[in-house]
Amino acid sequence: MLDRQTEPGLPPAPGVGYKPQHFTALMQDPGPVRWLEIHAENYMGEGGRPIAQLRHLAERFPISVHGVGLSIGGEGPLDRDHLDRLRRLCDWLQPASFSEHLAWSTHDAEFLNDLLPLPYTEETLARVCAHVDEVQTRLGRKMLLENPSVYLDFAESNLGEIEFLSEIASRTGCGLLLDVNNVHVSCTNRQTDARDYIDRFPIDLVGEIHLGGHDEDVDDAGAPLLIDSHAHPVVDPVWQLYERTISRAGPLATLIEWDNDVPDWPVLADEAERAARILDRVTA
Amino acid sequence: MRQADFRAALLDPSRPHPPGLTDPQGRPAGRRFNVYRNNVTVSLVEALKTAFPVLRKLVGEEFFAAMALEHVRAHPPRSPLLMLYGTDMPDFLARFPPVSHLPYLPDIARLELALRESYHAADATPVAPDRLAAIPPQDLANIRLRLAPALRLVRSDWPIHAIWVANMKEAPPPRTVTAQDILILRPEFDPEPHLLPQGAAPFIAALAEGKTIGTALDAAGDFDLNATFALLVSGGAIIDIATETSA
Amino acid sequence: MSNSIKTLAVAGSLAAALSAHGATPAAAQEAKEKCYGVALAGQNDCAAGPGTTCAGTSKVDYQGNAWKLVPAGTCTTMELPDGRTGSLEPLDRDLPRG
Repeated sequence: MLDRQTEPGLPPAPGVGYKPQHFTALMQDPGPVRWLEIHAENYMGEGGRPIAQLRHLAERFPISVHGVGLSIGGEGPLDRDHLDRLRRLCDWLQPASFSEHLAWSTHDAEFLNDLLPLPYTEETLARVCAHVDEVQTRLGRKMLLENPSVYLDFAESNLGEIEFLSEIASRTGCGLLLDVNNVHVSCTNRQTDARDYIDRFPIDLVGEIHLGGHDEDVDDAGAPLLIDSHAHPVVDPVWQLYERTISRAGPLATLIEWDNDVPDWPVLADEAERAARILDRVTA
Repeated sequence: MRQADFRAALLDPSRPHPPGLTDPQGRPAGRRFNVYRNNVTVSLVEALKTAFPVLRKLVGEEFFAAMALEHVRAHPPRSPLLMLYGTDMPDFLARFPPVSHLPYLPDIARLELALRESYHAADATPVAPDRLAAIPPQDLANIRLRLAPALRLVRSDWPIHAIWVANMKEAPPPRTVTAQDILILRPEFDPEPHLLPQGAAPFIAALAEGKTIGTALDAAGDFDLNATFALLVSGGAIIDIATETSA
Repeated sequence: MSNSIKTLAVAGSLAAALSAHGATPAAAQEAKEKCYGVALAGQNDCAAGPGTTCAGTSKVDYQGNAWKLVPAGTCTTMELPDGRTGSLEPLDRDLPRG
């Protein structure tokens, strides 16, 4: 277990998921944006413009490295080559934070490019803890683990998601990344109360918040089925859950995620501005 | 649940959903599982669309999307680095019956893969011109040139340069079937495919393997040396020189 | 060609390339400007695909009868050497022998 040391961390302010089309805007006037998050796998090339841009951005902004391909919830062993690539990136960049997902994406060396769900049992708990331990040891740093968006339940699950995440943090010393949109999506899909989820979440372990937009669909029974598409503005119910979270936790680093149909910079900056206003209001 | 069952049903829609997946009332998950099927296939098809813009134009959006779905199911990524996904595409195209009448497609796929590799390759500073100029002519045959990591050579029996230009720069399509070799150079951050003079490819290939200029010349027949060196120098392709100590 | 003639040719080509290029290494500021160029989109992200498509469940089998699509892009408009139009079919007589 890693010691829960004090790290510089991310500023308790708005950040955005970095998209190359926003490079010029960010270098000229980032507005309310105080830090950036990158998807680790997009910066594992040897060089070229992506790495050059990142070098310039890292001189101006604290960077959060967010992995999307480590498959921490996978049944098989972690991909050592990939872990080494992550270590090289973190050693070079010295990011303010590193985070990954409670999900799996690789099976038998095939990468399926989605954050796939896992049942919550003692067996999967032990496996995820072993993987988180391995990541933290290999990277020599504490990581944050993110709650997933889920679309279905497992008959074999016998632990709740909050209990599961809390136990991982307690056994490994990792922190948690609370994605408030994922809470809204998963609770709607599971037909449970999102406010209750926020109220019961181990808020002291949270090192970062995610906010994003989702798509709306329905299941076979006509019940709402929300999909975590990151293709729209954050909806009002998610802003309300966010305010509830910040009221409990105090100001936290808050990321606006927009990955599909990425808008022009002013639209994204407005979303960050809205997070900034909520952070100010709650702190005041 | 075994992840092997989950994975098999993700990529094969004719398989039943894995057991033990439910909605909140404990009924079979149904459409809920299909969300994951969609996420996997749509996101990987999107990755291929991004990787192969010229292939997309050549066969059309609708055909490409359907073909890419077949490709995704037959060849899922073997690495989490999607920037390099698609290395199976040339072989897939060569064996895909609906495009058997377009035999140049595999080489176009190779070209697009090489452009992407070049884009992400390591940076390197070209050797100072005065260092090249200072080499005594009698030593040149024994010199080895270190070439930029972003340099790629793509050889073809088809007019792949003309096809690429016609689709990316709105030039007229090629009118004759000629063999074309391409040298990809990336002097700064943007890879550019250059038409290589006929017969120069074996020379470049030998240089890239670390052969001396003399040996590389022996490996090639006659070709336009002026044009070839003009490409290498203007494209910042020579990043170091080493003199062979006489053996 | 003898080796000495070849190296003379190389020397001439190299000199011509260098004088035409007249390159000076890019200054630091210039290198920074190049960062502002168009960057390719990163291909990894953590978003789900759009939920309204059913690509994930479609069964299109080119080996069966279901595959009815034909390529319909720019490939169909190319002209062949003998004036025919259509796909760029290989013509044995035009193909270089490797």
